[in-house]
Parts: sequence; structure tokens; C-alpha cells
Amino acid sequence: MSLASERMERLAAEPLRDTNLPLGFISGTARSLGVIWSRRELVLLLVKREIKSRYKDSVLGLVWSMVRPLVMLLIYYLVIGQFLGAVRMIPSFAVYVFTGLTVWTLFNEIILMGTRSILDNAGIIKKINLPREIFPLATVGSAGFNFVIQLVILVAAALIVGGGVNPAQLHYSLLGVLVAIIWGTALALVLSAANVYLRDVQHLVEVLLLIGFWVSPVVYSWPMVASQVGSTLQEIYMANPITVAVFGMQQGLWSGGDATFFPDHLLARLLIAFGLGLVALFLCQRVFDLLQRNFAQEI
Amino acid sequence: MGVEVVRVEHLVKSFTLRKQKSVKESLLNASRARTKNETFNALDDVSFSIDAGESIGLVGPNGSGKSTLLKIIGGILTPNQGRVQVRGRVAALLELGAGFHPDLSGRENIYLNASVLGISRAETERYFNDIVEFSGIEDFIDTQVKFYSSGMYVRLAFSVAVHVDPDILLVDEVLAVGDEPFQQKCMDKIRQFQQEGRTIVFVSHAPGQVADLCDRAILLEKGRVVVDDTPLIALGRLRRNYQQVIEADIESNETEHSTYQASIDSIYLTSEQPSYHHYEFQVVSPPGLTLCANIELSFDRPTPDWSLRASIETMLGNHCLSVDTRDFRDEALPVGQGQQKCVLRFPDLQLGEGDYVINLSIHDQRGIRLDTITRAGLFAIRTNGHSMGQVYSDPTIDFS
Repeated sequence: MSLASERMERLAAEPLRDTNLPLGFISGTARSLGVIWSRRELVLLLVKREIKSRYKDSVLGLVWSMVRPLVMLLIYYLVIGQFLGAVRMIPSFAVYVFTGLTVWTLFNEIILMGTRSILDNAGIIKKINLPREIFPLATVGSAGFNFVIQLVILVAAALIVGGGVNPAQLHYSLLGVLVAIIWGTALALVLSAANVYLRDVQHLVEVLLLIGFWVSPVVYSWPMVASQVGSTLQEIYMANPITVAVFGMQQGLWSGGDATFFPDHLLARLLIAFGLGLVALFLCQRVFDLLQRNFAQEI
Repeated sequence: MGVEVVRVEHLVKSFTLRKQKSVKESLLNASRARTKNETFNALDDVSFSIDAGESIGLVGPNGSGKSTLLKIIGGILTPNQGRVQVRGRVAALLELGAGFHPDLSGRENIYLNASVLGISRAETERYFNDIVEFSGIEDFIDTQVKFYSSGMYVRLAFSVAVHVDPDILLVDEVLAVGDEPFQQKCMDKIRQFQQEGRTIVFVSHAPGQVADLCDRAILLEKGRVVVDDTPLIALGRLRRNYQQVIEADIESNETEHSTYQASIDSIYLTSEQPSYHHYEFQVVSPPGLTLCANIELSFDRPTPDWSLRASIETMLGNHCLSVDTRDFRDEALPVGQGQQKCVLRFPDLQLGEGDYVINLSIHDQRGIRLDTITRAGLFAIRTNGHSMGQVYSDPTIDFS
């Protein structure tokens, strides 16, 4: 009985709190961050669930995560680099492509899987009260895991083939990765919420990402762009944060080319993209918070 | 007592019934779309409050808003109007095994499911052995969940669920799962929760469970609170409404019509033994009474070979006994005509403590129902407490 009376006393001391809290522009963000932070264990478990279930019952397991990037690297090196002669225009072509591809894949996976994450977890969202942001965040985690594996292969391959890693400019790569993660997360939040209300979003996203791949300098280089378009169009081209992220990544991890391969003021552009990314993330979270209120009934 | 833990004020929740989901359709029908959307109120101005330590049953027919109400209290749905306030930790058990992944082992799923329910990793580790032991599936804990039988699955899920540590527990139809011994375990766990002073709100379609576990029940109908009282009163009302629906269904399905017409005009219960009246019950008596149903009937034309059927059931609709004049009489009843009175006697009725109702119907020679009257008379049996259950006996014990 003491347990019960203890509980009564504790409850009597607590104030009543509303289950439905006002949206609040700043206070809402603080509250969301607090709630998400308190459920960080769950985010990690969801990431683990994703990775574990992907390779469960396969003998080679995690090795498969490395096979695909390795084969891709081989194709770029041999077929496109040597046979098609791309290496004549871009030195160390395989490393160049793979560097851009690594950061693009990260962004691509965050958005593609993130957009579906809310619908994929409909069962939980309809029945359990938890911060719904954790589902897109968990996909960021599992995309990050794949990214790390690709990065390891990239660095190892670059050491063998040559033309990789500029130790003095690694901070460019780090910034590039952060820009990709922040913009990817921001967009994944909004798109995952929009996808609940309109299922067309996930198909639209697939198409846009296909275009997005060619809008960023992954398989071609900056001099090719600069020689074709005027300075205004160049600026528009550089306004894409992912383009900036790809350049940043190449600056640090590909040493095949000289300064002509990169646009001016790259560091400043990276910092701006990073800063704007944080603002976008904040705004997207607010939109998500607004939209998530009706998730349980719309899914 | 008296600490308010849930306060619901003028709650309104409406849903839009949308029929379109794709861009193409909504563009094509842009002009009509707005008129096509219908809204309906799942909850309509619902207010009540719950004190700490209470166990409340939410009852009502399907679609009356019970689950919606539970989801709003649990913070899963957002209300359109009104306010819900709570005190303390709230846990909603609306589904067992949320987040279970079929490819992961039982062990991994325990951690995942516990985390989804808001149990920290440290707590899960502390309770891990308890959870496994409670589920009774120790041998399969490292097997992938997809190979579990459905019984094992719910046992594991329930075991995790009962290890949440809430002040307010919201439960939707998941109280008793698995086989009978496991169900017993579940109920014991719920009783333990009650003793620990936790507040329980649960939705159930099992009247026995509600009557057994709750000290209060709220009957919802079309999103409104109709009764907020003791479980017996709320369930009695629900039972009566169900009966009306069932009868309406039967009537609309009845294809055969009799050429005769008759009606039961009134029924009144009395006892041949000393008993007393009560504003609610026509007879309140100890067991062993002779219950008399005084019935008035009318027939529109002489009706030969008719029969009278009667049944006694508990307030919650458990059937106790039924009789048919064709079964207990050797010859047919006298031809029915005009107004008639009769007395149907149940001698030496050894019913146990409880509240009972009587149902009556009359039938023609082919057995087609002419009229029926359900929950016609209420009576109560009050015992000295020497035995429990629907049948009464006053036992003795002798030693040789």
C-alpha cells in the first residue's frame, strides 16, 4: 500500500499538463529537440534494426555492403576511365567519380529512405506516442553507416591507385559531408511528412533525385561546366548545396587535378551552404511538427 | 484519493472522410473535391475526469469513439477542440509488439519494443530476465520472431508491455492474450497494477472483464458520453441497446410472417415468498424464491396452439435459464383470444447473488415469433454470502 500512497503523493505534487501543446516557433523547437534527445537510444536501435535485418540470413552479411561500391569502382576505373577515355580529361578518374558518388549516395539515401520512413513505420506511429522525427533520423543513421563503408573503400582504393587524399584540405571534405547530411535531413523531414498526405511524393522524389545526380559534378568536372555556360548560370549552378558538397568532398579526397577543377571561394560557399542548411533544418522541423499532428489519422 | 490525473474538457474530434489520394484525382476533381469531403464527429463534446488509482472501462458499440478517445489521451491524435490534461507518466498499450521486426530474434525485439514503449536500455537490462520468464518462451529467445507461433508472439509482446512503469495505463483490447494460464497471469498483473495505485483506462468488448476489473465505466455512443457510472449500470444500458439492434436485425431479416397477431401488453414480477420492492427492481429476494411473472397478452383473433418462451439472464447478458411452454407442458395452451392474463411460475429458483432480467416472447403454431419483450422485468437476488456464482447453494460440512 505504501507504493500506492507514494505514487499519490508524487502525483499530487505534479501539475496537470496538456497533452496537446501549442506549436510555438522557438519553444516548439526546443521541446522537440528535448524529446528527440530523450529517445536517442531508440534511434540507435532503429538504425541497428535496419542494418541487421538487411543482412540477416545471408552468409556473407556485411561484406555485401562493400561488394556493390567495389564493383562500381571497378566499372568506373576500367570501363569509363580507361576504355571510354574519361581519364584523359579528368586525372585519376575512378577516384574522382567515386569521391563524388560517395557523398551523393549519402544524400540520395537519406532522402529516398527518409521520405518513406514515416509510412514504413505506420504501425508504430498509429499506436504509440513518440517523436516522429526519429524515423527520418534513423534513416540518416543507416545511410551514414553505408557512407562510412564506402568511404573506407574509397580511401583504401585511392591509396592503391593513387590520386587520393589531400591531407591539408580534409576540412573541405568534412564540411561537404556535413552539408549533405544537414540538407538531406531537412528535406527528408519535410518530404516524409508530405508523403503521408500525398503518396505521389515518393515517386516524384525518385525522379528529382535522378535529375539531381546529373546536376552535380559527379561524373563530369567543373572546367566542362565553366567552358559551356556564362557566369550567371555558373552562379545558379553553384547555388545547389549538394554541388558545393560534392566539390568539397573532391577537394579533400581527390588530388588528381589542380585549382582549375574547383570554383572560386569554395570554402566560403561550403560555410554558407552549411549555415543555410541549419536554417533549412530548423524550418523543415517546424513544418514537420505542424504536419505530424495528424499523422496517426492520415496514414 | 482525489488526485485528478486525467481531465478531459469539451473534447471534439472530427475526421474527414476523403475519397481521393493522388494528385491526378484531386486536380481533376478540384472543383468538386471540397463538397465531396465529409466530416464526422468521432468525439462530440466529451468531458470527464479521472482520479488517481481508478480503473475505468470505456465501453460502447463499434465506432462510438472509444479508441479515438484513448489515442487523444495518449497524445497520439490531436483533438480539434477541447482540452486534455494529464498528470504523471502515461503509457498507451494500443497494440502489442509495436516495432517488432520479424527478422530479428526475440532478444533483439525485446530491446527494440521496450525502447519504442519508452523503457530505457538500463531498465530493460534490469527487467530482461523477468520479461523472458513472464513470457515463458526462454527456449526460443534467440530465435527469429518470424518463426514464432502467434501465441508466442503475443506472449513476448505482452511481457514487454507489462514492464512499462506508467502512472496512467491506457489499454485497448489487449488485456488477455495467449492460452488460459497465460491469461490468468495477465489478469494478475493488471490487479497488481491496480494495487500499486496506477490508473487504468481500458477499452473492452468483454463485459465480464469490465465488471470484474473496473470500479467505474463510461458508455460512449456516437462520440458522446451516455453513461458515466458503475460498470453494472453502464453495461446494463449497453446490453439493452445491443439487444435493440439485434432485434431490429432479426426483424428486418425475418422473411416468414404469421397470419396471427398478438402482443405482450405488460409483465410484472412478484415473489410468493416475503421480498421487498426497490425503485429499480420489482423483486429483491433471497435465493429459493418462487418467481412469478404476471403477464397480460392480447390476440387479434383466436390463436390455437401458441406458445410462450421466457429466459432469465444476468444484467450483463449471461444466459441462466430458458423455458418454453411446449417443453414443460404436455398439451397445448388454451386457444388465445382477446385479452388474456397468465402467471408463469419459476418455483425454487436457486440463483446466486446478482441482478437479473427476464425476456419473454410469444410464438404461433409454426414457431414464428408474434411479439417479444426483452429485459422486461428486473429482479435481484441477495444472499447471505455462503456461496458465490450464478447458482446458489447453502453448503454444510460434517465430520465423521
